Amino acid sequence: MECQECHERPATLHFTQYVNGQKSEVHVCEVCAKEKGYMNYPEEGYSLHNLLSGLMNFDTSTIKGPQQNTFQQVQELQCPKCEMTFSEFKQVGKFGCAVCYDTFSSRLDPIFRRVHAGNTKHQGKIPKRQGGDLHNKKLMEDYKSKLKRLIEDEAFEEAAEVRDKIKALENNTQDPEEGDPS
Amino acid sequence: MTLQNFMNEAISPWMREEGPDSDIVLSSRIRLARNFANVSYPIIADKDKLEEIRDFFRDNYENQSFEEYKDFAFVAISDLSPVEKRVLVEKHLISPHLAENAEIAAALISENEQVSLMVNEEDHIRIQLYLPGFQLENALQKAFTFDDFLEEKVNYAFDETRGYLTSCPTNVGTGMRASVMMHLPALAMTKQINRMIPAINQLGLVVRGIYGEGSEAIGSIFQISNQITLGKTEEDIVEDLQSVVKQLIDHERKARSRIMEQSRTSLEDRIFRSYGVLEYSRVIESKEAAVCLSNVRLGIDLGFIENVSRNILNELMILTQPGFLQQYAKRTLTANERDILRASLIRERLQLEK
Repeated sequence: MECQECHERPATLHFTQYVNGQKSEVHVCEVCAKEKGYMNYPEEGYSLHNLLSGLMNFDTSTIKGPQQNTFQQVQELQCPKCEMTFSEFKQVGKFGCAVCYDTFSSRLDPIFRRVHAGNTKHQGKIPKRQGGDLHNKKLMEDYKSKLKRLIEDEAFEEAAEVRDKIKALENNTQDPEEGDPS
Repeated sequence: MTLQNFMNEAISPWMREEGPDSDIVLSSRIRLARNFANVSYPIIADKDKLEEIRDFFRDNYENQSFEEYKDFAFVAISDLSPVEKRVLVEKHLISPHLAENAEIAAALISENEQVSLMVNEEDHIRIQLYLPGFQLENALQKAFTFDDFLEEKVNYAFDETRGYLTSCPTNVGTGMRASVMMHLPALAMTKQINRMIPAINQLGLVVRGIYGEGSEAIGSIFQISNQITLGKTEEDIVEDLQSVVKQLIDHERKARSRIMEQSRTSLEDRIFRSYGVLEYSRVIESKEAAVCLSNVRLGIDLGFIENVSRNILNELMILTQPGFLQQYAKRTLTANERDILRASLIRERLQLEK
């Protein structure tokens, strides 16, 4: 029997498919089976969401011994606002509210590290209005790391400029270059 | 702005302009996930709380304008027919998930369809911003400006350490998903793309076939997006994505010219056969249509086919989806009826081009 997809190679794999209750026979070669997705390879077939709950189940409570486990069940973490428990969170793979992040805080780093390539701390945008002091705080951190780098590179002239910016920020006066025009 | 405007045209107004590298990159999109600080997320919140959120968006933004995004239409999902929902999904103005959350979900869509704001999807707020062609940085700046505009009135769930707090841990931090839609027929034909995808995945980016199942991309259209949202700035994420997209563009162009050198006649044959199928068929399945449209678009890009606009792929790809066909017919259609209407719409559209 020849492969029904490529009509070149002999069919070596035979499947019975049920799609919406309709039965159909599939006869394909291995090459086409891979290409057309008749064969599910675990490393390809999962979506991230499938994987996620798997990742989260691989968490502290299952690694520890069974005796400790019973105690943990009793004092399970539960969000005071939305009442989601940590095991519900692991099961669903979704937080119930913003407060969950505080409630489950001690357990989240390993999860975030797995999902976000080892990262646990936000580096991006800060809300324009709500951010308030955070903007200056972040600017200060940026300046300080820049200053350190410039000193290491022995670029002292530029370093002096950055130092002045840090001073200006500390005195809470607006920077002449990067501040608001107002 | 009314719903009807979105229903009539397959192609969104912003798609009519040609963006940079638009022979290969169809569109650039930035999506930002945001939530109200004091309300539980849609998966768990009480219905009345979510209704308050939905009403907040209607009361504050319906028919309002912000910069180039004019006259926001407020669309309550509960008011839509199944076909209307499907059309909005096919136009990528709302997600399939939003369409399912019928009771409490809504969307705000600007007149040019460039910004759509989904209310009570997985998160309270999902901002989507589209630009034609390859212009991710530009899209990011525009999305940020729109985000700031919303933040004037909304207290976001934000934490100094974790960033924007989202319902799913895969979105926390920036809450940003940046993506591009690419037409990569030469890389698909030569199967080079299959070798490139695993390498791209290793960089924390995801490649998905559009209009296909699993990794298969019907019509050679691929979406490339970032997976990681925590620990990198939005600008860095966009830069990483851009550098990969640039390489893909480069490889696609090289693959095109290699095919032109090595097997020009068989490529030309393939393109004109597809053109013939589209011009003369009476019954056509969506998969066959997608493949032919992709070949014809390649034919336009390579100069084999003249006098047909490049936008035809974008337009017919959407116009020939099941939802749109039924919207056009103004009734429910069986699969066979859809295949007949699809063929006749494509014939008509190609006639118009002549």
